[in-house]
Amino acid sequence: MCTRSAVLALALATSPALAAGPNLGQPLTHADLAAWELHVYPDGKGLPPGSGTMAQGAPIYAQKCAHCHGEQGKGAISAALVGAPPIKSIDAPKTIANFWPYATTVFDYIRRAMPWTEPRSLTSDEVYALTAYILALNKIIGEQEVMNAQTLPRVKMPNRDGFIPRFPEKLPPGPGREM
Amino acid sequence: MEKFVPAAGNGLLDRRAFLRGGAALAAAMTGYSAKAEPLLEPAWGKEPGQLVPAYGVPSKYEKGALRTLSNPQGEPRTQHARTPHHLLQGTATPNGLHFTISHAGNPDIDPDRHRLAIHGLVKRPLVFTLDALARYPMVSRFTFVECGGNSAPLFSPEPIQATAQALHGLASCAEWTGVPLAVLLEECGVDSKAKWVVAEGADSPHLSRSFPLAKALDDAMIALYQNGERVMPGQGYPLRLLLPGWEGNMNVKWLRRLELAELPAMSYYESRTYAPILPNGKAYRFYFLQEVKSFITHPSVGYAMKGAGFYEISGIAYSGNGRITKVMVSADGGKSWAEAALQEPVMSKSFTRFRIPWQWNGGPAVLQSRAWDDQGSVQPTRAEIIALRGQASRVPPPTGFPSQHYNGITSWAVDAKGEVRHVYA
Repeated sequence: MCTRSAVLALALATSPALAAGPNLGQPLTHADLAAWELHVYPDGKGLPPGSGTMAQGAPIYAQKCAHCHGEQGKGAISAALVGAPPIKSIDAPKTIANFWPYATTVFDYIRRAMPWTEPRSLTSDEVYALTAYILALNKIIGEQEVMNAQTLPRVKMPNRDGFIPRFPEKLPPGPGREM
Repeated sequence: MEKFVPAAGNGLLDRRAFLRGGAALAAAMTGYSAKAEPLLEPAWGKEPGQLVPAYGVPSKYEKGALRTLSNPQGEPRTQHARTPHHLLQGTATPNGLHFTISHAGNPDIDPDRHRLAIHGLVKRPLVFTLDALARYPMVSRFTFVECGGNSAPLFSPEPIQATAQALHGLASCAEWTGVPLAVLLEECGVDSKAKWVVAEGADSPHLSRSFPLAKALDDAMIALYQNGERVMPGQGYPLRLLLPGWEGNMNVKWLRRLELAELPAMSYYESRTYAPILPNGKAYRFYFLQEVKSFITHPSVGYAMKGAGFYEISGIAYSGNGRITKVMVSADGGKSWAEAALQEPVMSKSFTRFRIPWQWNGGPAVLQSRAWDDQGSVQPTRAEIIALRGQASRVPPPTGFPSQHYNGITSWAVDAKGEVRHVYA
């Protein structure tokens, strides 16, 4: 870290509010970030306002997702989204229902990456509805349940406790290590 | 002239033989072959050559030195391009042959419009333009980048007949130049509650990964240059996150955002893809580290031996933990071992080229290499890693990923016809 020390020693702070460095970044407000704030955390932080149900998700799925993921999530040129085959070998298929530890990841991934040909085209309500549709098809939630920023983080995924940190000593202390 | 010194069974010679005895040693060992033909002046010596291009490309005779593509038509799935290790030497991977994995193609990013935002648990959220980043004091370092799924075909219950490119081609090494992430974080003012950093790309899947803040403050870099030129589109142009020694997927390309947080995001790639299943049905999470590993590139599958006599065995060793300290080589399937020479300079978290002279007697041989690092880690045998991590239930395709994070030994069998095959030994 001698290089870093040199860098930090290089410049004198021009104001107490600035770090000792080149200070060539531009201040950013929360509003400036709105279009980019895509991370959803397991505790629900980052989930937007809005809501959706399985019934609302079904037609969106048929129109925008079934082409690759198959009718009712059964799989086609892209992975199946429904089903929980038992994990009997190290190369067993990992599915949402048999592997994914957090339901928030379903929302996060759809919102940031799907549909594959047109990411970022879905509204928050549509992402909640598709999340509800997939979770309900997997019988992880009931068919009438509403997914929103309060209910989604409370969904307990079947394999939540199926993980072991590989090198716990490399992880910061706190809930992140135990997740 | 000193006599050559056998160093281990089946023809392995002392690694210092050539430093001491010089090239005459080989002649003494093997004798010269038939007398050479008279030398002629070829056509290229009788006329001026071709125009010098503005950007050089390899000789037309080297058109075979290419990456292999897993998805050349760009179907809606991941594209992999693998480094041809069996055709390269040294440790710096040419930029055009550096492995690339793109989950939805390489985005066409205008550097003037690209931004890097750092926010979350910081006192001063900041956004940086490329022009601003280019004015920061930079550092350079050699480091390898390796996909967490590299070498995964070795989890197959049967050895897959494929080249070092197919088996191990998702690892490459370059000199990266950029801005230490710690410098930018210092300017943002890290909040004491921050424990993780969540990185996000500007590509269409907006790939995201979480990593501990301690790594960001240790040796993480915002890389702008690769082997002296701007990073290639497949490596994240105009900038990528570099986390030396850690899983390739975490070195987020086309980086546009870093959010400091109390928790990891449990993104798709960290909670699903790079969480290898264990034999008991549980799965490892947050593997992060690319553990100590080596494999022989010369000779390897695809090379036809040119008859009994002298060969140099060489290969690549590396560890995400630190420096390679020792590589042992066997020519008899692990019954006896000799220490290989390590090409200087040996750098932390970087490819290290190892070499050892070999007098092939023309009979069967099984070539293996095994590496050690300065943190006390040793590359496991295949049997050791399979005992811990299990074996695939079926033979996968050569481009398949039956699991992740294989760092066991690779074995190449040479038969009496001079053919090299992949075996388990």
